[in-house]
Order: sequence, then structure tokens, then C-alpha cells
Amino acid sequence: MDKAVKIEVKHLNFYYGKFQALHDNSLDFHINEVSALIGPSGCGKSTFLRCLNRMNDLIPISRVEGNLLLDGLDIYDPSVDVVMLRSRVGMVFQKPNPFPKTIFENVAYGLKVNGIKNKGLIEKRVEESLKLAAIWDEVKDRMHESALGLSGGQQQRLCIARALAVEPEILLMDEPCSALDPIATQKIEELIHQLKKSFTIIIVTHNMQQAARVSDITAFFYMGKLIEVGKTNTIFTRPNLKQTEDYITGRFG
Amino acid sequence: MAKHFFRELEKIKKRILSLGAMVEERVRMVIKALETRDGDAAKKIILSDHEIDEMEVEIEEECLKILALYQPVAIDLRFLTAVIKINNDLERIADEAVNIARRVRIIAKREKIDISFDYSLMAGKTEDMLKKSLDALVNLDIDLAFKVCGLDDEVDKMQSEAYDRIKQAIGEYPDRVAYLINLLLISRHLERIADHGTNIAEEVIYLIEGEIVRHGNYL
Ligand SMILES: Nc1ncnc2c1ncn2[C@@H]1O[C@H](COP(=O)(O)OP(=O)(O)OP(=O)(O)O)[C@@H](O)[C@H]1O
Ligand SMILES: [Mg+2]
Repeated sequence: MDKAVKIEVKHLNFYYGKFQALHDNSLDFHINEVSALIGPSGCGKSTFLRCLNRMNDLIPISRVEGNLLLDGLDIYDPSVDVVMLRSRVGMVFQKPNPFPKTIFENVAYGLKVNGIKNKGLIEKRVEESLKLAAIWDEVKDRMHESALGLSGGQQQRLCIARALAVEPEILLMDEPCSALDPIATQKIEELIHQLKKSFTIIIVTHNMQQAARVSDITAFFYMGKLIEVGKTNTIFTRPNLKQTEDYITGRFG
Repeated sequence: MAKHFFRELEKIKKRILSLGAMVEERVRMVIKALETRDGDAAKKIILSDHEIDEMEVEIEEECLKILALYQPVAIDLRFLTAVIKINNDLERIADEAVNIARRVRIIAKREKIDISFDYSLMAGKTEDMLKKSLDALVNLDIDLAFKVCGLDDEVDKMQSEAYDRIKQAIGEYPDRVAYLINLLLISRHLERIADHGTNIAEEVIYLIEGEIVRHGNYL
């Protein structure tokens, strides 16, 4: 049975000034599925991910062509409220980027932006999110210390908690585990399994085993082009294209 | 790390091919022993089977080590799983060669009965299948692998022919039943070798295509 389409990408081109970073990408993402984006460094994975919540808008020279539909509605339509969009499409970045505020405030921030004022509710959500992100035990006694005092791996999990707090429908994760130890990585992978029951998740990862473990669908990008997309099981046992096979088996270039 | 890994794969490939060559040689020897009723040659095969067993264990351990250390995917994963299975088939083929050798040692001591069944022909077909399946592995030749899968039917047919002849012969030589059962078992062992040859060919197809064609799904 096919799951409902959550995001539809049609003929997406993306430019940084004159440089075209994405070439005619068309791809669907389904509800309750985890999709992994893989490909060599610089192939455009982060760029692609950032298109999905209009993070690239912040880059003045950038330009987008094509259609990106979220539940059938074009997210680049002028009428779209970008803040609203980003609360529906949460993101965890490649490098942890906590705000220079307390741990508590980092996670509570999005809730406040979304207009939630009930202190009890905020505290409850903060705790739940930190637990989900597998960092609660490490921070529960220092909630009002600066988030910048956390280790890199802890900061990353804090950012995951921050993204989860606003209960997005879609979670974009750009190499969320690159700074984590094996135990925290395992917890995040477990979390992804949990979350996919209610979210649509898109994850960028350089770790082939991780892509194979956590995702249902794998998309392979090369030089801004979508080369092959398919069921993860198929991609990692018998991909259709030699190029995909060469990449995932480390025979590239 | 990648270089290391490819070197390990190369090593495994060489070892499975040399095990294949060794096993093929055993089968050739036992067929010759059968044709010439040579009990001493048969004994040699029985006594040296441990060499094959040891090599099989080494190859399997090597494969498991690579799986644990490198967690290979796609063609590399298919290659290693195919090697693990082919390794097992080769060891079983060598066991069948030993089984035949045991029968040969028994019948060589007894007076010959002619049951008008061509063991050389059946043995030749079996040996040919085994050789082709190993060639398909060496050259990753998918057409040849499919051909091997087809040849198995001929050997199966000869096995049931042998059964009919021997049943008939038991009526003619009621005092030589033990001898005739040994002959029947030899045809059965040959047929098993052909089955393992088919398995190897199927693994080669899986390795190349990624499609599992076991249990006769290759039509
Ligand atoms: N702000 C920017 N301005 C100009 N070019 C950029 C900018 N960001 C990325 N690029 C270029 O766009 C291409 C795609 O970059 P992107 O960051 O999307 O790659 P990636 O697949 O995420 O790589 P990595 O795996 O290293 O994170 C690269 O050639 C990069 O140099
Ligand atoms: Mg990136």
C-alpha cells in the first residue's frame, strides 16, 4: 500500500548566483516514511534540504525554479508565511547551532515564537522533547545554564530537541549524528524510528550503514542531479545503476 | 580503509576459487576410481577430505570477519553472501565424493555385475555441470550459470533411470542386493553433486543480478 504524498518536488532547479547547484530534481516524500539523501560532499544534499523549508531564502543571490508542494500547496507561493512553514518543517543542521541562551530557553524558544504562553505546558514540552532527543538525563540538573557549555554531541541533541518541541509535521535532518558517539547515535536512530509513526523525515547522512538502517527510501545525488531513488532495501542490495553501486560501495572516482 | 577492504575481497575470491579447483579435482578423481574400480585411489580421497573441511572453515571465518569489520553493501554484500553459500556447497560436494569413494571401496572387492547403466555418462554430465558452475563463478558468466541450471534435469533423469535398472537387476541377482544398493547410492551421490552445482550457479546469478533464483524460479 502506498503512503500519502507529503512533499512533492517537481523539476527543482537551484542557483547560487550563476552556479546551478540543483538540476531538475523531481521526487516525492511520503507520510510516515524516512527518506535518506546520500551522495558525495558538495553534490547538493544540504541545498536540497534547505529548499524544503525555504532556508535558502536567506541567501540573497540564490534562485529557485520548479515546484515544491507541501500537502499540495506551493511553499514558494508569495502568500506563504515562512515562519509558519518552518514550524511545520523543522530542521536539524549539519553543525549544531544552539542559541547563546540557557538550555531551557533553547528548547522553549520555538514554542514561545508560536505564541504558547502557558508555563506549565512549555515546561512539559521542553522535558518531553529533551527526553525524546536522548539528552534529558545529561541536562536536567543544568537547565538554566548556557547551552554553549554543552559538548558538541550534546549540542546536537539539544538542537534536535528544539526542533521537536514545536511538533513539526516534517523533520529535516542534515547529518544529525556526525558529532555523536555510538550510543547517542543509536538513540537518535531509535528516535527516528519512533518519530516516523507521526512525521515525515528526511535525513542527509554520509554513513551508508546509517542510511540503510534508518530509512525506507534512499535517494542518491551526484553533482546536483538525482541519480537514483528507490526502496532502501533495494538500493543497498541491488541498485539499478552502476553509479549508485560505485558510490555506496566506496568505488567512487 | 577502502583499499584494505578490496584487498580482503580479492583474497577471499582467490580462496574460494582454489577451493573450487580442489573440489573439482576430487570429483574427477572419484569418478576415475569408480570407472577403474580402484579402491586405493578411493581411499586417498577419503583420507584427505579434512583438507577441504579446514579450508571451508577458514573461508567462512574470513567472510564473517569482513562482514563484521566493513559492513559491506550492494555488490560486495551479495558477493560475500554468495561466497558463504558456495563455500558450503563445495564442502558438501567433497563429502559426496567421499561417499562415492566409500561405495567404490566396497564394490571394488566384489565381482562386477553389468546392469547396462552408463555410470561414466552420468558422472561425465555431473562433472561437466560442476565445472561449468565454477567457470560461471570465475568469469561471472550469467549465461553459463543459467545453462547449468538447465542441465540439472538431465542428471535427475539419469538418476531415475539408474533406479529402474537396479530394481530390475535385484530381481535377476537376488543374492547381490548389497552390491546393487551400493551402485544405486552412487547414482544418488552423483545426483546430489549436480544439485550442489546448480546451487552454485544460482548463487552466481544472484551475485550478478541481485535476483534470488532458488527453488527453480529461473524460467
Ligand atoms: N551559500 C552558498 N553560496 C554559493 N555556493 C554554495 C553555497 N552553499 C553551497 N554552495 C555550493 O553548492 C554545492 C552544493 O553544496 P551543498 O552544501 O548543498 O552540498 P552537500 O551535498 O550538502 O555537501 P556536504 O556533504 O559536504 O555537506 C557545492 O558546490 C557548494 O560549494
Ligand atoms: Mg551538507
